[in-house]
Amino acid sequence: MRRAALIAIPYAWLLALFLIPFAVVFKISLSDIALAIPPYTPTAKDGIWTMLSQLDFENYVFLSEDDLYWKAYLSSLQIAFISTVLTLMVGYPMAYAMARAPEAWRPTLLMLVILPFWTSFLIRVYAWVGILSNEGFLNQFLLWIGVIHEPLTILNTPTAVYIGIVYTYLPFMILPIYSALDRLDGSLIEAAEDLGCSRLKAFWLITVPLSKNGIIAGSFLVFIPALGEFVIPSLLGGSGTLMIGKVLFEEFFSNRDWPVASAVAVILLLILVVPLVLFQQNQQRQTEAGA
Amino acid sequence: MNRLSPFNVVSLTLGFVFLYIPMLILVVYSFNASKLVTVWAGFSTQWYGELLRNEAFLDAAWVTLRVAVISSTIATVLGTMAAYVLVRGGRFFGRTLFSGMIYAPLVMPEVITGLSLLLLFIGIGLDRGVLTIVLAHTTFSMCFVSVVVSSRLVTFDRSLEEAALDLGASAFDAFRLVTLPIIAPAVISGWLLAFTLSLDDLVIASFTAGPSATTLPMKIWSSVRLGVSPEINALSTILIGLVTIGVVAASLATKRAAVQAARDEQAAARAA
Repeated sequence: MRRAALIAIPYAWLLALFLIPFAVVFKISLSDIALAIPPYTPTAKDGIWTMLSQLDFENYVFLSEDDLYWKAYLSSLQIAFISTVLTLMVGYPMAYAMARAPEAWRPTLLMLVILPFWTSFLIRVYAWVGILSNEGFLNQFLLWIGVIHEPLTILNTPTAVYIGIVYTYLPFMILPIYSALDRLDGSLIEAAEDLGCSRLKAFWLITVPLSKNGIIAGSFLVFIPALGEFVIPSLLGGSGTLMIGKVLFEEFFSNRDWPVASAVAVILLLILVVPLVLFQQNQQRQTEAGA
Repeated sequence: MNRLSPFNVVSLTLGFVFLYIPMLILVVYSFNASKLVTVWAGFSTQWYGELLRNEAFLDAAWVTLRVAVISSTIATVLGTMAAYVLVRGGRFFGRTLFSGMIYAPLVMPEVITGLSLLLLFIGIGLDRGVLTIVLAHTTFSMCFVSVVVSSRLVTFDRSLEEAALDLGASAFDAFRLVTLPIIAPAVISGWLLAFTLSLDDLVIASFTAGPSATTLPMKIWSSVRLGVSPEINALSTILIGLVTIGVVAASLATKRAAVQAARDEQAAARAA
């Protein structure tokens, strides 16, 4: 009896506030825009049959006919993918070095990685506005050391978005890789080296495959949220960078077209289904391996 | 494994410089006398004074704090229950769906979560305000709590619970007297995580807050969209300072608890 209640309460909460809302989004993506508030025509009032006969896919047709949305989805995928690879390239060497650091340093290093993660996301993104702008600190510094002679335009370009994503999501990449590397048995590498493997080869053949789960978890933790990112492209990307999270937000708040915003969300969700399922399976395998 | 190569040292150094320089610049320039944020014009604390006189910011901070305390507390209870169910619940109907609903919100883009909750609230006719933000924040942060707590639950020795049950404790007493003290550090860090996530959230709050409630991140957002301002630098410095104190204190506390636990174990071993 108690067990049933223990399961039922969090289950019901998640069903009501996580799963059912998706159904609502789906329904509204199939309804018409209305000028009253809320700006859509409720379709469920007059019974199931009328509802079904009124459903239409015109919002989806509209999306597929407008270039803007195609471009936004594609460029979000591209930006999320490139940023994930960049984050991995920055994060892996850090996680690797942390796992090799003396035992006594590790808690401090770990805390240094986690600390930015606890600090406001918005503030960390905002910090880059002052660094990357034309008269910002990076340009001042580069001009001062004489590498460049006129300021580089970085703010309001995709480059700024890459920097922003790598910066804010770096802890998510480092932590799972570190925990995989930390569990790695050092004697395996010694054995490989004794058997004539070069250090680099031992790294490729042993360390990388054994940290695979960490790499997968870290990459999903970066890729999936980055795909729908809103704050970073809005603050750093300017009007030139198209990302679907920003399009959705603007469709909703500026154009007040709720059905189209819902259709944008449904398609984004469909794109996310595959990575989400893979991520969940990876997590479950790890939880069960730990048990 | 315990030797750092020069490459390791360089990657750690550059990595931490990259992580900390932006925040350092914010902190330093919050004490700048000039209104121009990239030009240093001497030390001043005037922006802090102006921040404290800004009623709109103070109101928003109060709303944010209330939302964060309430939502993280409910989320901790629900998340701990969910973790217990996932780790100890065995098989039950819809387990895969349940664990999917725990893991999906961790990575779900905020625009989707925010939009879907807003449409639900409007659909059921719930007025938007503090209550709706609390519901929204509780929902995603309980999943984070659950992940943190379940990682602690899988590592601890189940026979301790069974011993309590054998010695006549009720299931609830066994949880209260044995399990809870052992997982307490994870429950506390879960609460802290939920609290910071709630303090931080802009996108979901923007969707679910009605005109009656504005949170601090929403207030910050509307002002940073216009560019860098020294007042926001001052506010950022205060927030960074609070977080630093919190994280350092928490890690010192866990260290002390670990030392204490080791000492208790030794004492117990001697007694036996």
